[in-house]
Amino acid sequence: MEVGQLQRSFVEYMASLFREGFLDGQFSQLQQLQDDSNPEFVVEVVSLFFEDSERLLNDLTMALDQPNVDFKQVDAHVHQLKGSSSSVGAQRVKNCCVLFRNCCEEQNTEACLRCLQQIKQEYLLVKNKLQTLFELEQQIVAAGGAIPMVQ
Amino acid sequence: MVCEMESDQTEDMEMEVEVLSSMWPEDMNENGKQFNIDWPGEDQDMLEEVNINEDSTIVDFKRLVELTNYSEKGSSQLAYLVKNWEYKQENAVRLLREELDNLSKQQQESELKKLEILEKYQFEEERYGGDKRPISILDEDLKRYIFQEAPRKRNDVKIQDKLEIDAEYDSIKYWKQRATHLEKLLETSGQREQILTEKLQESIENLERQSSPVEELSQVLKRADNFLHFVLQNAPVVIGHQDNELRYRFIYNHFPSLREEDIIGKTDVEIFTGAGVKESQDFKREVLERGIPAKREITFDTGLFGSKTFLIYVEPVFSKAGETLGVNYMGMEITDQVRKREKMAKLREEIAVQKAKETELNKTIHITEETMRAKQMLATMSHEIRSPLSGVVSMTEILSTTKLDKEQRQLVNVMLSSGDLVLQLINDILDLSKVESGVMKLEATKFRPREVVKHVLQTAAASLQKILTLEGHIAEDVPIEVVGDVLRIRQILTNLISNAIKFTHEGKVGIKLYVVSGPCPDVKQGSHKRMASDHSKVLAKICKEDKCTSPSNNALDRKGSGGCKDADGANERLLQKGEGNYSEQNGASIEDEVDDPNQQETTVWIRCDVYDTGIGIPENAIPTLFKKYMQVGADTARKYGGTGLGLAICKQLAELMGGHMTVSSKEHHGSTFTFILPYKVSPVCDSSDDNEELTEMDNHDTSSEGNDDDINSGFFQFQPRTLGSLFSSHSSGRAPKLSPNGFGYNTLNKTNGFQVNSHSFPLDSNTSKETGSVEDACSVADAVETCSDPESTFKHTRNSGNPSTSGREQKINGVLDHTPCLSSPNSETTNSDQGEITEKIEKSQIQEQPDKSSECSSSKDAQISKTSLKPKILLVEDNKILVMVTRSMMKQLGHDIDIVNNGVEALRAVQRYRYDLILMDVCMPVMDGLQTTRLIRSYEESGNWDAAKDAGIDVEVSPSNTSQRSDESSTKRIPIIAMTANAISESAEECYANGMDSFVSKPVTLQKLKESLQQYLP
Repeated sequence: MEVGQLQRSFVEYMASLFREGFLDGQFSQLQQLQDDSNPEFVVEVVSLFFEDSERLLNDLTMALDQPNVDFKQVDAHVHQLKGSSSSVGAQRVKNCCVLFRNCCEEQNTEACLRCLQQIKQEYLLVKNKLQTLFELEQQIVAAGGAIPMVQ
Repeated sequence: MVCEMESDQTEDMEMEVEVLSSMWPEDMNENGKQFNIDWPGEDQDMLEEVNINEDSTIVDFKRLVELTNYSEKGSSQLAYLVKNWEYKQENAVRLLREELDNLSKQQQESELKKLEILEKYQFEEERYGGDKRPISILDEDLKRYIFQEAPRKRNDVKIQDKLEIDAEYDSIKYWKQRATHLEKLLETSGQREQILTEKLQESIENLERQSSPVEELSQVLKRADNFLHFVLQNAPVVIGHQDNELRYRFIYNHFPSLREEDIIGKTDVEIFTGAGVKESQDFKREVLERGIPAKREITFDTGLFGSKTFLIYVEPVFSKAGETLGVNYMGMEITDQVRKREKMAKLREEIAVQKAKETELNKTIHITEETMRAKQMLATMSHEIRSPLSGVVSMTEILSTTKLDKEQRQLVNVMLSSGDLVLQLINDILDLSKVESGVMKLEATKFRPREVVKHVLQTAAASLQKILTLEGHIAEDVPIEVVGDVLRIRQILTNLISNAIKFTHEGKVGIKLYVVSGPCPDVKQGSHKRMASDHSKVLAKICKEDKCTSPSNNALDRKGSGGCKDADGANERLLQKGEGNYSEQNGASIEDEVDDPNQQETTVWIRCDVYDTGIGIPENAIPTLFKKYMQVGADTARKYGGTGLGLAICKQLAELMGGHMTVSSKEHHGSTFTFILPYKVSPVCDSSDDNEELTEMDNHDTSSEGNDDDINSGFFQFQPRTLGSLFSSHSSGRAPKLSPNGFGYNTLNKTNGFQVNSHSFPLDSNTSKETGSVEDACSVADAVETCSDPESTFKHTRNSGNPSTSGREQKINGVLDHTPCLSSPNSETTNSDQGEITEKIEKSQIQEQPDKSSECSSSKDAQISKTSLKPKILLVEDNKILVMVTRSMMKQLGHDIDIVNNGVEALRAVQRYRYDLILMDVCMPVMDGLQTTRLIRSYEESGNWDAAKDAGIDVEVSPSNTSQRSDESSTKRIPIIAMTANAISESAEECYANGMDSFVSKPVTLQKLKESLQQYLP
């Protein structure tokens, strides 16, 4: 594929991610932080985010599976996840976390499970989207193009 | 007594009567007593004694005979008896005749035979005849009688015959003898016949003698009477006959309580007194007159036999000629039955009532269940819809506080307003269903109607996109404070006002408030129109006054805000003020009111008119106006949008609060929506300003003078082309004089103070001023206004709970909060000393956030102690990603940072090195940021780590480190910036309370970080 075309679709894809609320300004922040001295910054952070999230989601699943749910524990996990997701700009995951914490406050196991389900879904969605985005980036780089800056 | 009445014709009857008297059982007395117990007493006893012995059937025989003779019924009864008797006799006669016929036939036959024999076989005949036996069809008796007698006779004869025959001559002789014998037989037969005939005669005679009609009749009657007595023996029945004057002529009463002579010849009324007597008499008369038998139940309550109910059957008696002779009447006592029946009826009634109640209860239960379900659904709804939506809106609000370029800001603003709209719509729907399902609860809070009106208008003015005048009139007699559900009232007002604005393209929209005597929505229109016109005159005056000030205002606006969003000079709105029009008279009267507080809690009806000069409502649309989802027309909906829920809610709310809402409108001329609500007036009419309960509407910074003014002002106006939020309180004429000063300050604000602001408070919404939006211009305008009129300042707080304006409110507040400082030292500030004012602004900020003062100084210190070395920064954060991001950001800002993962590690790090700045996460495992900060502060103050040790933290204090640290000033305060996920103010306060200097909300952005660092690092 032609570099220009790749770049265009990259921009479009980015825009769609923002438009659909998968990502927010924080992701742009990350992109801005990435420079020659640290060319893999975004990918690194996002990978870390994936790792972290998966661990947290596992923990959450287990915590909520207990007969007596330790909501404090759950809340702490969700807090972590919220911090992580907001740091990478995974907006929809973060929003879910906000709801999740409300449910925790109410000590509503059922609602928590629903939220967890939702977060998992959102997480997988954003993960896929980001991976697609990174693939596009790599293709651009492989084609010798520069990654366009999206404002 | 009976004999007297006898006549020849009633001989039998007399007999019968005599017989009857014997029929009464001796023990009847007891029975009689049972039924007559109602009147124990001498009279009674005597009566009974007499009655026992005498015939209980009291008969006026003469009358009875007359009746029997003359009345149709009587004669028909007689005729029936006679007929019956005749029939019986006829039957007997017929039987006898038949017998006779038979006999004669036999006789004839035998004679015939005899003749034959004689003629043909003279001898033989006789022999045959001898064998013959007479066949009788008579009764056994008769047969026996005949057989007994006849054979004997015959035998006698036969013997004679035979003797004769034997004696006589042989063959011829024999025949002769035979013939003779036969002759004799014939003779005997003839004799027998004769005997039979005699017997017959005799029996007929006997028969006739035995069953004479009179005897028979008397027998029948006797039997009937016996039967009747037998049947009626114990029946509670009274039978009587009354003549056409309703005098008793005959009465049969089994249990008489009166003697015959007391009754016969008298009417009911003459005999008894008490309830029911007259009725029965009237009833009998009625039957008499109408000639138709009838039944009726009559309850008597007489002194004679107490309270008893009788079922009375009365039938008229006619003469043969058809005239009425009297009535037969029959009464049966049914007291018990009636009682039972009534009891039954009562029971049935009770059962019916019970059933009805049950159904009602079931219904109620059903309704309750429904309501519960509705409630539940509402709760779910409100949660399910509202929370994500408020998430969106509040996120957007947060977004709007971040640094955005012009285009982004515009987009965010659109988002905000759209979000608000949806939120409002959902709130409307929820409100409506709440009201309808009866879940809506009203609150009773004290509030000041003037302020409510003012704030509603202000809020409306703030978002006004048209050139309209908004005004509010509050009559003097409206109490300063009333009790009601201020939120709902506000909701109604806001709704009506926004409606009015929506449909008004030029002219004005206003609110009028005045006290009415009751909930009746009439009158006073004329006078209010006059009032309105008065106000418009006043308005004109204000405009003139303002002309002088407006150019400078314009200039200021442009200078300060870099032009309006519209970038259209003509559209630039002028700040206008109309002080001094508040009449002295008004002031005086309000003084009166304050002096005369209502001592008890009374209800006052306040009428509120919301009027406009808009497109009006066509008459045919008015009836459906308050219905749900109804708008004037499809066209309206298309042109103006909206759901048609607003008015329905307003009306329902008004009704819920015990009032009502009406509308009057003239198409193309405007509409007036009126609602009248009852309010409680609290007994203590607290006219003092600093009422804490009222802080909802009072800006806490509001000076007391301003507040007073607010309470008393009766007229507010928001002129067209002001930038919305300005309103004039006509209480002071000094404003024009002072305004130049105000502008002076404002300029200073813009150029110096606010910029200082933006650096020291990166999160303060004041920073958005730089974008030059309309709102900022607005807030600046406010600032100018408040500055220029310090004594009558209204704080433009819009704590109305309307999210759409809250963002802007903050900004406005942000500006206004400093105004007391700016405006109060009037004489000083006229000097226009810029530096001084800047300082003042700073001070005001410091007052707002006390912890800041030390920080300011520390930053200055830092500035002083600025070295060539890079500042040492510690990041305390457990989230790896955040660490990574933050580190990267710091790197880009040119800082290397140390990183620890929790509070304990942070403490250790602080012990080892001297940091110039700490970025501290609040929520962390092991030890959170707040505690860590507290411990660090404690160390800074005391110079030791005792507090940390007390908290159980293992602090490794190496001597070298200590010495190193001790070189420095131990009291040196390290700036600590909190990094918090909750951008909400409560968390910020917590941070400050725990000794943090500032906070950065997560997610951390480069800009935020930069601003924070700039504040604390050189």
